[in-house]
Amino acid sequence: MSSVELTSALLDRIDAANPRLNAFLARDRERTLAQARAADARLASGAATALTGIPVAHKDVLMTAGWRTTCGSRMLEDFVAPYSAFVVERLEEAGMVLVGKTNMDEFAMGSSSETSYFGPVRSPWNPDYVPGGSSGGSAAAVAARLVPAATGTDTGGSIRQPAALSGVCGLKPTYGLCSRYGLVAFASSFDTPGPFAQTAQDCALLLNAMAGHDPRDSTSLDRPREDYLRLLGAAGGAKPLAGLRVGMPKEYFGAGVEADVEAAVRAAVRELVELGATTVELTLPNVELAVPVYYVLAPAEASSNLARFDGVRYGHRAAKYADLTDMYKKTRAEGFGAEVKRRILVGTYVLSHGYYDAYYLKAQQLRRLIADGFRAAYRRCDVIVGPTAPSAAFKLGAKTDDPVQMYLNDIFTVAGNLIGAPAISIPCGFDRNRLPIGLQIQGDNFAESVILNVAHRYQQATDWHRREPAEVAAERAR
Amino acid sequence: MALSSGDVQRIAHLARIEITPEEAAEVEAKLAGIFALIEKMRGVDTTGIVPMAHAQDVALPLRDDVVTEDDRHELYQGVAPAVQSGLYLVPKVVE
Repeated sequence: MSSVELTSALLDRIDAANPRLNAFLARDRERTLAQARAADARLASGAATALTGIPVAHKDVLMTAGWRTTCGSRMLEDFVAPYSAFVVERLEEAGMVLVGKTNMDEFAMGSSSETSYFGPVRSPWNPDYVPGGSSGGSAAAVAARLVPAATGTDTGGSIRQPAALSGVCGLKPTYGLCSRYGLVAFASSFDTPGPFAQTAQDCALLLNAMAGHDPRDSTSLDRPREDYLRLLGAAGGAKPLAGLRVGMPKEYFGAGVEADVEAAVRAAVRELVELGATTVELTLPNVELAVPVYYVLAPAEASSNLARFDGVRYGHRAAKYADLTDMYKKTRAEGFGAEVKRRILVGTYVLSHGYYDAYYLKAQQLRRLIADGFRAAYRRCDVIVGPTAPSAAFKLGAKTDDPVQMYLNDIFTVAGNLIGAPAISIPCGFDRNRLPIGLQIQGDNFAESVILNVAHRYQQATDWHRREPAEVAAERAR
Repeated sequence: MALSSGDVQRIAHLARIEITPEEAAEVEAKLAGIFALIEKMRGVDTTGIVPMAHAQDVALPLRDDVVTEDDRHELYQGVAPAVQSGLYLVPKVVE
Protein backbone atom coordinates (compact mmCIF):
# COMPACT_ATOMS: atom_id res chain seq x y z
CA MET A 1 0.00 0.00 0.00
CA SER A 2 1.38 3.39 -0.93
CA SER A 3 1.35 6.42 1.33
CA VAL A 4 -1.09 8.09 -1.07
CA GLU A 5 -3.50 5.13 -0.79
CA LEU A 6 -3.22 4.94 2.99
CA THR A 7 -3.45 8.70 3.44
CA SER A 8 -6.45 9.06 1.11
CA ALA A 9 -8.28 6.30 2.93
CA LEU A 10 -7.65 7.95 6.29
CA LEU A 11 -8.64 11.39 5.01
CA ASP A 12 -11.96 9.88 3.85
CA ARG A 13 -12.40 8.25 7.24
CA ILE A 14 -11.70 11.59 8.95
CA ASP A 15 -14.25 13.35 6.74
CA ALA A 16 -16.87 10.80 7.78
CA ALA A 17 -16.04 10.73 11.49
CA ASN A 18 -15.17 14.33 12.26
CA PRO A 19 -18.69 15.79 12.28
CA ARG A 20 -19.40 13.37 15.13
CA LEU A 21 -16.07 13.57 17.02
CA ASN A 22 -14.84 17.11 16.26
CA ALA A 23 -11.29 15.81 16.76
CA PHE A 24 -9.80 17.74 13.85
CA LEU A 25 -9.53 21.46 13.18
CA ALA A 26 -7.37 22.52 10.18
CA ARG A 27 -7.14 20.05 7.31
CA ASP A 28 -5.84 20.51 3.76
CA ARG A 29 -6.31 17.50 1.53
CA GLU A 30 -4.20 18.78 -1.34
CA ARG A 31 -1.29 19.66 0.86
CA THR A 32 -1.50 16.35 2.69
CA LEU A 33 -1.59 14.32 -0.52
CA ALA A 34 1.39 16.27 -1.88
CA GLN A 35 3.34 15.17 1.22
CA ALA A 36 2.15 11.59 0.66
CA ARG A 37 3.37 11.67 -2.95
CA ALA A 38 6.75 12.97 -1.80
CA ALA A 39 6.87 10.19 0.78
CA ASP A 40 6.14 7.55 -1.87
CA ALA A 41 8.97 8.94 -4.01
CA ARG A 42 11.29 8.77 -1.02
CA LEU A 43 10.21 5.20 -0.26
CA ALA A 44 10.91 4.24 -3.87
CA SER A 45 14.35 5.83 -3.77
CA GLY A 46 15.42 3.90 -0.68
CA ALA A 47 16.01 7.02 1.44
CA ALA A 48 13.06 6.32 3.74
CA THR A 49 12.88 5.95 7.54
CA ALA A 50 10.50 3.69 9.46
CA LEU A 51 8.10 6.65 9.70
CA THR A 52 8.18 7.76 6.06
CA GLY A 53 4.73 7.91 4.50
CA ILE A 54 2.94 7.30 7.80
CA PRO A 55 0.14 9.82 8.52
CA VAL A 56 0.36 11.91 11.67
CA ALA A 57 -1.82 14.53 13.33
CA HIS A 58 -0.42 17.40 15.41
CA LYS A 59 -2.12 18.94 18.42
CA ASP A 60 -3.14 22.48 17.50
CA VAL A 61 -0.86 23.97 20.18
CA LEU A 62 2.14 23.03 18.01
CA MET A 63 3.12 25.47 15.29
CA THR A 64 2.97 24.03 11.76
CA ALA A 65 4.35 26.40 9.11
CA GLY A 66 1.66 27.54 6.69
CA TRP A 67 -1.16 25.82 8.59
CA ARG A 68 -3.67 27.48 10.88
CA THR A 69 -2.60 27.00 14.49
CA THR A 70 -5.36 28.01 16.90
CA CYS A 71 -4.58 26.40 20.28
CA GLY A 72 -8.35 25.83 20.40
CA SER A 73 -8.83 29.56 20.97
CA ARG A 74 -10.66 32.50 19.43
CA MET A 75 -7.47 34.43 20.15
CA LEU A 76 -5.72 32.53 17.35
CA GLU A 77 -8.75 31.66 15.24
CA ASP A 78 -7.21 32.81 11.96
CA PHE A 79 -3.54 32.61 12.89
CA VAL A 80 -1.34 30.87 10.33
CA ALA A 81 1.96 29.72 11.84
CA PRO A 82 5.05 31.31 10.26
CA TYR A 83 7.28 28.45 11.39
CA SER A 84 7.11 24.88 12.61
CA ALA A 85 7.78 23.47 16.05
CA PHE A 86 10.93 21.37 16.55
CA VAL A 87 8.95 18.15 17.03
CA VAL A 88 6.90 18.94 13.90
CA GLU A 89 10.12 19.54 11.92
CA ARG A 90 11.59 16.27 13.19
CA LEU A 91 8.59 14.16 12.19
CA GLU A 92 8.42 15.95 8.84
CA GLU A 93 12.12 15.20 8.25
CA ALA A 94 11.38 11.55 8.99
CA GLY A 95 8.80 11.71 6.18
CA MET A 96 5.56 11.60 8.15
CA VAL A 97 2.48 12.97 6.37
CA LEU A 98 0.49 15.68 8.19
CA VAL A 99 -3.24 14.96 7.91
CA GLY A 100 -4.45 17.78 10.15
CA LYS A 101 -4.36 19.68 13.44
CA THR A 102 -6.24 18.29 16.37
CA ASN A 103 -8.75 19.97 18.65
CA MET A 104 -7.90 20.59 22.29
CA ASP A 105 -8.82 22.44 25.47
CA GLU A 106 -8.10 26.12 24.89
CA PHE A 107 -4.38 26.87 25.33
CA ALA A 108 -3.98 23.35 26.76
CA MET A 109 -5.89 24.29 29.91
CA GLY A 110 -8.31 21.50 30.69
CA SER A 111 -8.86 17.81 31.29
CA SER A 112 -11.77 17.10 28.96
CA SER A 113 -11.30 18.98 25.63
CA GLU A 114 -14.53 20.85 26.36
CA THR A 115 -13.10 24.36 26.54
CA SER A 116 -12.16 24.62 22.87
CA TYR A 117 -13.61 27.69 21.15
CA PHE A 118 -14.41 25.33 18.25
CA GLY A 119 -16.62 23.00 20.29
CA PRO A 120 -15.80 19.96 22.40
CA VAL A 121 -14.20 16.75 21.22
CA ARG A 122 -16.35 13.64 21.76
CA SER A 123 -15.11 10.21 22.76
CA PRO A 124 -15.10 7.67 19.92
CA TRP A 125 -16.27 5.11 22.50
CA ASN A 126 -19.46 7.02 23.34
CA PRO A 127 -20.30 10.46 21.90
CA ASP A 128 -21.91 11.61 25.17
CA TYR A 129 -18.56 11.25 26.93
CA VAL A 130 -15.34 13.24 26.89
CA PRO A 131 -12.09 11.90 25.39
CA GLY A 132 -10.06 13.53 28.16
CA GLY A 133 -7.89 16.60 27.77
CA SER A 134 -6.25 18.76 26.90
CA SER A 135 -4.95 16.64 23.96
CA GLY A 136 -8.40 15.09 23.42
CA GLY A 137 -8.45 15.53 19.66
CA SER A 138 -5.17 13.63 19.22
CA ALA A 139 -6.25 10.86 21.60
CA ALA A 140 -9.66 10.50 19.93
CA ALA A 141 -8.10 10.49 16.47
CA VAL A 142 -5.83 7.57 17.34
CA ALA A 143 -8.59 5.73 19.24
CA ALA A 144 -10.96 6.05 16.27
CA ARG A 145 -8.17 4.79 14.01
CA LEU A 146 -8.28 7.99 11.97
CA VAL A 147 -4.50 8.25 12.21
CA PRO A 148 -1.91 5.80 13.59
CA ALA A 149 0.15 8.47 15.35
CA ALA A 150 -0.48 11.88 16.82
CA THR A 151 1.35 14.41 18.93
CA GLY A 152 0.19 15.96 22.16
CA THR A 153 1.57 18.07 24.96
CA ASP A 154 1.54 17.24 28.66
CA THR A 155 1.69 20.04 31.24
CA GLY A 156 -0.40 18.50 34.05
CA GLY A 157 -1.39 15.22 32.41
CA SER A 158 -2.67 16.34 29.04
CA ILE A 159 -1.20 13.42 27.09
CA ARG A 160 -1.60 10.68 29.70
CA GLN A 161 -5.12 11.42 30.90
CA PRO A 162 -6.72 11.58 27.41
CA ALA A 163 -4.74 8.45 26.49
CA ALA A 164 -6.34 6.71 29.47
CA LEU A 165 -9.87 8.00 28.82
CA SER A 166 -9.63 7.24 25.09
CA GLY A 167 -7.99 3.81 25.34
CA VAL A 168 -4.70 4.55 23.59
CA CYS A 169 -1.01 4.87 24.53
CA GLY A 170 0.30 8.31 25.44
CA LEU A 171 3.83 9.08 26.57
CA LYS A 172 5.10 12.11 28.49
CA PRO A 173 8.89 12.11 28.10
CA THR A 174 11.35 13.58 30.60
CA TYR A 175 11.07 17.38 30.59
CA GLY A 176 13.67 18.83 28.27
CA LEU A 177 14.02 15.74 26.08
CA CYS A 178 11.77 17.13 23.33
CA SER A 179 12.32 20.80 22.49
CA ARG A 180 9.52 23.23 23.28
CA TYR A 181 10.45 25.46 20.32
CA GLY A 182 7.22 26.14 18.46
CA LEU A 183 5.05 24.75 21.26
CA VAL A 184 2.78 27.66 22.19
CA ALA A 185 3.71 28.13 25.82
CA PHE A 186 1.27 27.48 28.64
CA ALA A 187 3.58 26.71 31.61
CA SER A 188 7.21 26.77 30.59
CA SER A 189 8.63 24.61 33.35
CA PHE A 190 6.00 21.89 32.75
CA ASP A 191 5.11 21.80 29.02
CA THR A 192 6.31 18.56 27.40
CA PRO A 193 5.56 17.38 23.85
CA GLY A 194 5.02 13.64 23.35
CA PRO A 195 3.49 10.93 21.15
CA PHE A 196 0.16 9.11 21.02
CA ALA A 197 -0.05 5.72 19.28
CA GLN A 198 -1.77 2.35 19.54
CA THR A 199 1.26 0.63 21.08
CA ALA A 200 4.20 1.44 23.34
CA GLN A 201 6.47 0.26 20.55
CA ASP A 202 5.08 2.90 18.20
CA CYS A 203 5.47 5.52 20.93
CA ALA A 204 9.15 4.53 21.18
CA LEU A 205 9.55 4.84 17.41
CA LEU A 206 8.00 8.32 17.47
CA LEU A 207 10.08 9.37 20.48
CA ASN A 208 13.25 8.38 18.63
CA ALA A 209 12.34 11.00 16.02
CA MET A 210 10.96 13.65 18.40
CA ALA A 211 13.72 13.75 21.01
CA GLY A 212 16.86 15.77 20.57
CA HIS A 213 18.81 18.86 21.53
CA ASP A 214 17.59 22.20 20.15
CA PRO A 215 19.59 25.37 20.83
CA ARG A 216 16.46 27.42 20.13
CA ASP A 217 14.94 26.15 23.41
CA SER A 218 17.03 27.18 26.41
CA THR A 219 15.57 24.31 28.45
CA SER A 220 16.34 21.67 25.82
CA LEU A 221 18.69 19.04 27.21
CA ASP A 222 21.89 18.17 25.39
CA ARG A 223 22.40 14.45 25.93
CA PRO A 224 23.80 11.59 23.89
CA ARG A 225 21.27 10.11 21.46
CA GLU A 226 19.32 7.13 22.74
CA ASP A 227 17.42 4.41 20.92
CA TYR A 228 14.18 4.12 22.88
CA LEU A 229 13.41 0.82 21.16
CA ARG A 230 16.54 -0.94 22.39
CA LEU A 231 15.03 -2.79 25.38
CA LEU A 232 11.91 -3.73 23.40
CA GLY A 233 13.95 -5.65 20.85
CA ALA A 234 15.76 -7.81 23.39
CA ALA A 235 14.61 -11.43 23.75
CA GLY A 236 12.30 -11.65 26.74
CA GLY A 237 11.74 -15.27 27.46
CA ALA A 238 8.96 -16.33 29.76
CA LYS A 239 9.75 -13.70 32.41
CA PRO A 240 10.76 -10.58 30.48
CA LEU A 241 10.28 -8.37 33.55
CA ALA A 242 12.36 -10.51 35.91
CA GLY A 243 14.21 -8.24 38.32
CA LEU A 244 11.86 -5.30 37.83
CA ARG A 245 10.62 -3.74 41.07
CA VAL A 246 7.18 -2.19 40.62
CA GLY A 247 6.30 0.43 43.22
CA MET A 248 2.64 0.73 44.26
CA PRO A 249 2.02 3.89 46.30
CA LYS A 250 -0.77 3.38 48.79
CA GLU A 251 -2.00 6.88 47.97
CA TYR A 252 -2.83 5.71 44.41
CA PHE A 253 -5.32 3.06 45.50
CA GLY A 254 -8.44 3.13 47.63
CA ALA A 255 -10.42 6.24 48.46
CA GLY A 256 -10.94 8.57 45.54
CA VAL A 257 -10.39 5.91 42.87
CA GLU A 258 -13.43 4.32 41.22
CA ALA A 259 -13.79 0.61 41.99
CA ASP A 260 -13.66 -0.48 38.32
CA VAL A 261 -10.48 1.53 37.77
CA GLU A 262 -8.75 0.09 40.82
CA ALA A 263 -9.77 -3.45 39.82
CA ALA A 264 -8.40 -3.05 36.29
CA VAL A 265 -5.13 -1.54 37.51
CA ARG A 266 -4.61 -4.25 40.13
CA ALA A 267 -5.25 -6.88 37.45
CA ALA A 268 -2.62 -5.18 35.28
CA VAL A 269 -0.13 -5.31 38.14
CA ARG A 270 -0.84 -9.04 38.58
CA GLU A 271 0.01 -9.43 34.89
CA LEU A 272 3.32 -7.60 35.42
CA VAL A 273 4.06 -10.02 38.26
CA GLU A 274 3.24 -12.94 35.92
CA LEU A 275 5.84 -11.47 33.59
CA GLY A 276 8.45 -11.63 36.35
CA ALA A 277 8.16 -8.34 38.23
CA THR A 278 7.96 -7.96 42.01
CA THR A 279 5.83 -5.35 43.75
CA VAL A 280 6.94 -2.92 46.44
CA GLU A 281 4.47 -1.14 48.72
CA LEU A 282 5.32 2.54 48.92
CA THR A 283 4.13 5.74 50.38
CA LEU A 284 4.48 9.05 48.57
CA PRO A 285 3.98 11.71 51.22
CA ASN A 286 2.70 15.07 50.02
CA VAL A 287 1.31 13.59 46.81
CA GLU A 288 -2.12 14.95 47.73
CA LEU A 289 -0.57 18.41 47.66
CA ALA A 290 0.54 18.01 44.05
CA VAL A 291 -2.77 19.34 42.70
CA PRO A 292 -2.86 22.61 44.71
CA VAL A 293 0.88 23.11 44.11
CA TYR A 294 0.36 22.64 40.38
CA TYR A 295 -2.61 25.01 40.34
CA VAL A 296 -0.43 27.73 41.82
CA LEU A 297 2.64 27.23 39.63
CA ALA A 298 1.05 26.46 36.25
CA PRO A 299 -1.39 29.39 36.27
CA ALA A 300 1.45 31.67 37.44
CA GLU A 301 3.57 30.65 34.47
CA ALA A 302 0.53 30.87 32.19
CA SER A 303 -0.24 34.42 33.29
CA SER A 304 3.23 35.37 32.15
CA ASN A 305 3.18 33.38 28.91
CA LEU A 306 -0.26 34.53 27.81
CA ALA A 307 0.60 38.20 28.35
CA ARG A 308 1.87 38.18 24.77
CA PHE A 309 -1.69 37.93 23.44
CA ASP A 310 -2.54 41.61 23.36
CA GLY A 311 -3.76 42.23 19.83
CA VAL A 312 -0.55 43.93 18.72
CA ARG A 313 1.57 41.46 16.79
CA TYR A 314 -0.71 38.50 16.01
CA GLY A 315 -4.03 36.97 16.79
CA HIS A 316 -7.32 38.56 17.66
CA ARG A 317 -7.62 42.31 18.09
CA ALA A 318 -10.83 43.88 19.43
CA ALA A 319 -12.72 45.91 16.85
CA LYS A 320 -13.62 48.76 19.20
CA TYR A 321 -11.55 50.30 21.99
CA ALA A 322 -11.00 53.68 23.60
CA ASP A 323 -7.21 53.58 23.94
CA LEU A 324 -4.26 51.16 24.09
CA THR A 325 -5.05 49.78 27.54
CA ASP A 326 -8.67 49.34 26.53
CA MET A 327 -7.51 47.54 23.40
CA TYR A 328 -5.49 45.10 25.51
CA LYS A 329 -8.37 44.53 27.93
CA LYS A 330 -11.07 44.04 25.34
CA THR A 331 -8.86 41.94 23.06
CA ARG A 332 -8.06 39.58 25.89
CA ALA A 333 -11.63 39.52 27.24
CA GLU A 334 -12.92 38.62 23.78
CA GLY A 335 -10.09 36.32 22.72
CA PHE A 336 -9.84 34.09 25.80
CA GLY A 337 -12.46 31.68 27.13
CA ALA A 338 -13.56 31.51 30.76
CA GLU A 339 -11.14 28.83 31.97
CA VAL A 340 -8.13 30.54 30.42
CA LYS A 341 -9.16 33.84 31.99
CA ARG A 342 -9.60 32.15 35.39
CA ARG A 343 -6.11 30.66 35.26
CA ILE A 344 -4.54 33.94 34.19
CA LEU A 345 -6.29 35.67 37.10
CA VAL A 346 -5.16 33.01 39.61
CA GLY A 347 -1.62 33.25 38.28
CA THR A 348 -1.61 37.03 38.37
CA TYR A 349 -2.80 36.94 41.97
CA VAL A 350 -0.21 34.48 43.25
CA LEU A 351 2.59 36.45 41.62
CA SER A 352 1.39 39.83 42.79
CA HIS A 353 3.00 41.99 45.42
CA GLY A 354 2.35 40.69 48.92
CA TYR A 355 1.33 37.21 47.79
CA TYR A 356 4.39 35.94 45.90
CA ASP A 357 6.14 34.44 48.96
CA ALA A 358 3.04 32.94 50.48
CA TYR A 359 1.88 31.22 47.32
CA TYR A 360 4.35 31.03 44.44
CA LEU A 361 7.51 30.53 46.47
CA LYS A 362 5.71 28.20 48.89
CA ALA A 363 4.51 26.09 45.97
CA GLN A 364 8.05 25.86 44.60
CA GLN A 365 9.26 24.62 47.98
CA LEU A 366 6.52 21.97 48.00
CA ARG A 367 7.52 21.06 44.46
CA ARG A 368 10.96 20.13 45.82
CA LEU A 369 9.43 18.17 48.71
CA ILE A 370 7.29 16.19 46.29
CA ALA A 371 10.28 15.58 43.99
CA ASP A 372 12.36 14.38 46.95
CA GLY A 373 9.58 11.94 47.83
CA PHE A 374 9.76 10.40 44.36
CA ARG A 375 13.59 10.29 44.43
CA ALA A 376 13.41 8.36 47.70
CA ALA A 377 10.83 5.99 46.19
CA TYR A 378 13.03 5.26 43.18
CA ARG A 379 15.73 3.94 45.51
CA ARG A 380 13.31 1.11 46.33
CA CYS A 381 11.68 0.49 42.96
CA ASP A 382 12.33 0.88 39.24
CA VAL A 383 8.90 2.07 38.14
CA ILE A 384 5.80 3.36 39.92
CA VAL A 385 2.38 2.22 38.71
CA GLY A 386 -1.19 3.19 39.37
CA PRO A 387 -4.30 4.50 37.68
CA THR A 388 -3.71 7.37 35.25
CA ALA A 389 -7.01 8.96 36.28
CA PRO A 390 -9.39 8.37 39.21
CA SER A 391 -12.24 7.42 36.89
CA ALA A 392 -12.93 6.53 33.29
CA ALA A 393 -14.44 9.18 30.99
CA PHE A 394 -17.29 11.33 32.29
CA LYS A 395 -20.15 12.89 30.37
CA LEU A 396 -19.78 16.18 28.56
CA GLY A 397 -20.89 18.95 30.90
CA ALA A 398 -20.56 16.81 34.04
CA LYS A 399 -17.65 18.77 35.51
CA THR A 400 -17.75 22.11 33.71
CA ASP A 401 -19.61 23.95 36.49
CA ASP A 402 -16.92 23.44 39.11
CA PRO A 403 -13.32 24.06 38.02
CA VAL A 404 -11.93 22.24 41.06
CA GLN A 405 -13.86 19.05 40.17
CA MET A 406 -12.18 19.18 36.77
CA TYR A 407 -8.74 19.81 38.30
CA LEU A 408 -9.05 16.72 40.51
CA ASN A 409 -8.90 14.55 37.36
CA ASP A 410 -5.20 15.37 37.32
CA ILE A 411 -4.48 13.94 40.75
CA PHE A 412 -2.24 11.11 39.51
CA THR A 413 -0.62 12.93 36.63
CA VAL A 414 0.47 16.37 37.87
CA ALA A 415 3.31 15.05 40.04
CA GLY A 416 5.00 13.77 36.89
CA ASN A 417 5.10 17.32 35.57
CA LEU A 418 6.21 18.80 38.88
CA ILE A 419 9.22 16.48 38.93
CA GLY A 420 9.76 16.39 35.15
CA ALA A 421 10.11 12.61 35.02
CA PRO A 422 8.65 10.41 32.26
CA ALA A 423 5.40 8.46 32.39
CA ILE A 424 3.21 6.51 29.97
CA SER A 425 -0.47 5.64 30.07
CA ILE A 426 -1.58 2.42 28.36
CA PRO A 427 -5.01 0.74 28.12
CA CYS A 428 -5.65 -1.92 30.78
CA GLY A 429 -9.39 -2.52 30.76
CA PHE A 430 -12.86 -1.02 30.64
CA ASP A 431 -15.33 0.18 33.23
CA ARG A 432 -18.98 -0.89 33.61
CA ASN A 433 -19.98 1.69 30.97
CA ARG A 434 -17.46 0.08 28.56
CA LEU A 435 -15.20 3.12 28.72
CA PRO A 436 -11.42 2.68 28.71
CA ILE A 437 -9.21 2.58 31.79
CA GLY A 438 -5.54 3.57 31.73
CA LEU A 439 -2.56 2.19 33.62
CA GLN A 440 0.13 4.78 34.33
CA ILE A 441 3.75 3.61 34.48
CA GLN A 442 6.13 6.25 35.81
CA GLY A 443 9.91 6.21 35.88
CA ASP A 444 12.70 8.40 37.17
CA ASN A 445 14.31 10.98 34.89
CA PHE A 446 15.49 9.52 31.57
CA ALA A 447 13.85 6.13 32.23
CA GLU A 448 11.80 6.23 29.02
CA SER A 449 13.33 2.99 27.74
CA VAL A 450 12.41 1.19 30.94
CA ILE A 451 8.79 2.32 31.10
CA LEU A 452 8.33 1.73 27.37
CA ASN A 453 9.70 -1.78 27.80
CA VAL A 454 7.39 -2.56 30.71
CA ALA A 455 4.44 -1.31 28.66
CA HIS A 456 5.59 -3.28 25.61
CA ARG A 457 5.96 -6.60 27.47
CA TYR A 458 2.52 -6.07 29.01
CA GLN A 459 1.11 -5.47 25.52
CA GLN A 460 2.70 -8.64 24.22
CA ALA A 461 0.82 -10.62 26.90
CA THR A 462 -2.53 -8.77 26.76
CA ASP A 463 -4.76 -7.23 24.11
CA TRP A 464 -6.45 -4.20 25.75
CA HIS A 465 -4.54 -1.92 23.38
CA ARG A 466 -6.06 -3.69 20.37
CA ARG A 467 -9.66 -3.06 21.40
CA GLU A 468 -11.49 -0.58 19.20
CA PRO A 469 -14.65 1.52 19.50
CA ALA A 470 -17.77 -0.20 18.14
CA GLU A 471 -18.00 2.01 15.05
CA VAL A 472 -14.42 1.27 14.08
CA ALA A 473 -14.87 -2.47 14.52
CA ALA A 474 -18.11 -2.34 12.51
CA GLU A 475 -16.44 -0.48 9.66
CA ARG A 476 -13.66 -3.04 9.66
CA ALA A 477 -16.22 -5.80 9.34
CA ARG A 478 -17.88 -4.14 6.34
CA MET B 1 -7.76 33.94 51.15
CA ALA B 2 -11.21 35.43 50.81
CA LEU B 3 -11.53 37.39 47.62
CA SER B 4 -13.39 40.64 47.44
CA SER B 5 -14.80 42.09 44.25
CA GLY B 6 -12.17 44.80 44.64
CA ASP B 7 -9.54 42.05 44.46
CA VAL B 8 -11.05 40.66 41.26
CA GLN B 9 -11.03 44.06 39.57
CA ARG B 10 -7.48 44.76 40.73
CA ILE B 11 -6.18 41.43 39.38
CA ALA B 12 -8.17 41.84 36.18
CA HIS B 13 -6.50 45.19 35.65
CA LEU B 14 -3.04 43.71 36.31
CA ALA B 15 -3.84 40.96 33.81
CA ARG B 16 -5.24 43.50 31.33
CA ILE B 17 -8.48 41.55 30.95
CA GLU B 18 -11.79 43.39 31.04
CA ILE B 19 -14.26 41.85 33.52
CA THR B 20 -17.67 43.48 33.39
CA PRO B 21 -19.68 44.00 36.62
CA GLU B 22 -22.11 41.33 35.32
CA GLU B 23 -19.28 38.80 34.95
CA ALA B 24 -17.53 39.75 38.18
CA ALA B 25 -19.82 37.83 40.53
CA GLU B 26 -19.42 34.54 38.71
CA VAL B 27 -15.68 35.01 38.28
CA GLU B 28 -15.39 35.76 42.00
CA ALA B 29 -17.35 32.62 42.94
CA LYS B 30 -15.32 30.30 40.70
CA LEU B 31 -12.03 31.83 41.84
CA ALA B 32 -13.07 31.35 45.48
CA GLY B 33 -13.30 27.61 44.85
CA ILE B 34 -9.88 27.51 43.24
CA PHE B 35 -8.31 29.50 46.05
CA ALA B 36 -9.84 27.13 48.60
CA LEU B 37 -8.02 24.31 46.80
CA ILE B 38 -4.76 26.25 46.85
CA GLU B 39 -5.09 27.05 50.57
CA LYS B 40 -4.50 23.35 51.33
CA MET B 41 -0.80 23.68 50.67
CA ARG B 42 -0.23 26.57 53.01
CA GLY B 43 -0.20 24.61 56.24
CA VAL B 44 2.82 22.44 55.37
CA ASP B 45 6.11 23.36 57.02
CA THR B 46 8.67 24.19 54.34
CA THR B 47 11.30 25.95 56.44
CA GLY B 48 14.72 25.74 54.87
CA ILE B 49 13.57 24.03 51.68
CA VAL B 50 15.14 25.42 48.52
CA PRO B 51 12.43 26.37 46.00
CA MET B 52 12.37 24.19 42.88
CA ALA B 53 11.84 26.42 39.86
CA HIS B 54 12.64 23.82 37.26
CA ALA B 55 12.28 20.13 36.56
CA GLN B 56 15.93 19.72 35.65
CA ASP B 57 18.87 21.27 37.49
CA VAL B 58 20.60 22.88 34.56
CA ALA B 59 22.29 26.21 34.03
CA LEU B 60 21.08 28.59 31.33
CA PRO B 61 23.10 27.75 28.21
CA LEU B 62 25.16 30.57 26.72
CA ARG B 63 26.25 31.16 23.16
CA ASP B 64 28.60 33.48 21.29
CA ASP B 65 27.32 36.99 20.70
CA VAL B 66 27.10 36.76 16.90
CA VAL B 67 24.21 37.28 14.50
CA THR B 68 22.69 33.93 13.55
CA GLU B 69 19.20 34.83 12.38
CA ASP B 70 18.23 36.35 9.05
CA ASP B 71 15.66 39.10 8.51
CA ARG B 72 12.18 37.58 8.75
CA HIS B 73 10.30 40.86 9.13
CA GLU B 74 7.87 40.15 6.30
CA LEU B 75 7.18 36.61 7.43
CA TYR B 76 6.54 37.51 11.06
CA GLN B 77 4.63 40.71 10.32
CA GLY B 78 2.50 38.97 7.72
CA VAL B 79 0.26 37.77 10.55
CA ALA B 80 -0.07 41.15 12.28
CA PRO B 81 -3.41 43.00 12.61
CA ALA B 82 -1.92 46.35 11.48
CA VAL B 83 1.56 47.20 10.27
CA GLN B 84 3.13 50.07 8.38
CA SER B 85 6.72 50.52 7.30
CA GLY B 86 7.81 47.56 9.39
CA LEU B 87 6.17 48.91 12.54
CA TYR B 88 3.13 47.61 14.43
CA LEU B 89 0.26 50.09 14.56
CA VAL B 90 -1.51 50.65 17.89
CA PRO B 91 -3.75 53.38 19.33
CA LYS B 92 -1.91 56.59 20.18
CA VAL B 93 -0.51 56.60 23.72
CA VAL B 94 1.15 60.00 23.92
CA GLU B 95 -0.88 63.08 22.98
